[in-house]
Amino acid sequence: MCLGIPGEIIEYLPEQPDLARVDVSGVRRVINVGLLTDDLPKPGEWVLIHVGFALSKIDEAEAAAALEFLEGIGQAYEEELAALQESMIE
Amino acid sequence: MRFVDEFRDADKAHALAAKITALCEPGRQYKFMEVCGGHTHTIYKHGLEDYLPESITLVHGPGCPVCVIPMGRVDDAIHLASQPDVIMTSFGDMMRVPGGDGSFFDAKARGTDIRMVYSPLDSLKIAKNNPDKRVVFMAIGFETTAPSTAMTLLRAQAAGLTNFSIFANHVTIIPAIKAILDSPDLRLDGFIGPGHVSTVIGCRPYEFIARDYGKPVVVAGFEPLDILQSIYMLMIQMSEGRSEIENQYSRVVPWDGNMVALKVINETMELRPYFEWRGLGFISHSALSVREKYASFDAELLFDVPGVRVADPKACQCGEVLKGVLKPWECKVFGTACTPETPIGTCMVSPEGACAAYYNYGRMNRNRVMETEVSRA
Ligand code: SF4
Repeated sequence: MCLGIPGEIIEYLPEQPDLARVDVSGVRRVINVGLLTDDLPKPGEWVLIHVGFALSKIDEAEAAAALEFLEGIGQAYEEELAALQESMIE
Repeated sequence: MRFVDEFRDADKAHALAAKITALCEPGRQYKFMEVCGGHTHTIYKHGLEDYLPESITLVHGPGCPVCVIPMGRVDDAIHLASQPDVIMTSFGDMMRVPGGDGSFFDAKARGTDIRMVYSPLDSLKIAKNNPDKRVVFMAIGFETTAPSTAMTLLRAQAAGLTNFSIFANHVTIIPAIKAILDSPDLRLDGFIGPGHVSTVIGCRPYEFIARDYGKPVVVAGFEPLDILQSIYMLMIQMSEGRSEIENQYSRVVPWDGNMVALKVINETMELRPYFEWRGLGFISHSALSVREKYASFDAELLFDVPGVRVADPKACQCGEVLKGVLKPWECKVFGTACTPETPIGTCMVSPEGACAAYYNYGRMNRNRVMETEVSRA
């Protein structure tokens, strides 16, 4: 829950300007980007995701580093990813 | 049990450690607190203490939001979940936290409808799909998760949902740090500031630590080198007699935080006069409740919440561990009665808890730790 998960913005959902589809370690899910309305990320940019919300923009190198940290955590990250996979944000 | 990893940049770490050592005044002891559980995890995963000179001690702070939820609050939540037609929803981290009468998992096994969700927005969806049920979201976390709860509440209102509410247990980091600074049994020299919380609140709220308490703060990232770099920055400040707020993690943390996030928190929630923290006791203005304006989404008003108070189990020394007064292995039940599988205290529940971090990375007993300390000496 405290883990910030890096995701790459793929596309915004039509007619839902605060929802975007992201790619997280190959998992595609919808997240809310409403907390970044001051400076919305574009497709191809990376964000740190906390409990279904993008909380900050990051660059690709930081995303890679964050991912490595998470993979090192092991089980807790797997659980978080599994939870994200179940998630059905709309 | 896992073993401490050598990490990719071990050479750089040794080089940084040498620079840190060079700044240590002979005969002086340094104590720095890492506030955030994510940092505690990195420190133990990579055995960072073993890189540092013996005169530097890292103390683990209260920054694991699951670890600070008092038992009575868990019991209140289970009481709430047991009301007719209620579906309680909660993050996975919360499920094993022991209350006075068992955990959410235990309650679930007894037939209470408690569901794990990844996001408060999933909870909102459950409410939409179950119009004849009352869906409560157990909201926990520091400022990292509070904006998500706030946004979800606003969405619930926009959608005109009347069967969704929030059981607010959000805590705020600054009063906890202040309580630690004011506690007489601990002398700290500086802080490794939390990373993700600071993406929301920014760096300014820490200014009082430098100004009023004369202690440096360096907001840090989560890589092993980030943490060593931050300790180096703290040591430079100390050797130059400065105490300032510095941002080692500026690649993620903006100095002013996330304005939108702060705005939605402030719109929907307000500070409680006081809130009980596990192990730390009551701290004033340290937690958030739903604003009156949004009373129809406040589970504490919609339901009768008993306000149970349960003393922590006698054997449990989580309070001392959370304040950094004791190392986890100094707790009498550490690794024997209290393990991640059967936690007695909350510090053993979450992987970010100090006790779980020690346990998972093999610092399981005094002997081993003392051996390490002897070998370092
Ligand atoms: S070992 Fe268990 S009871 Fe002791 S301080 Fe840690 S979590 Fe609390």
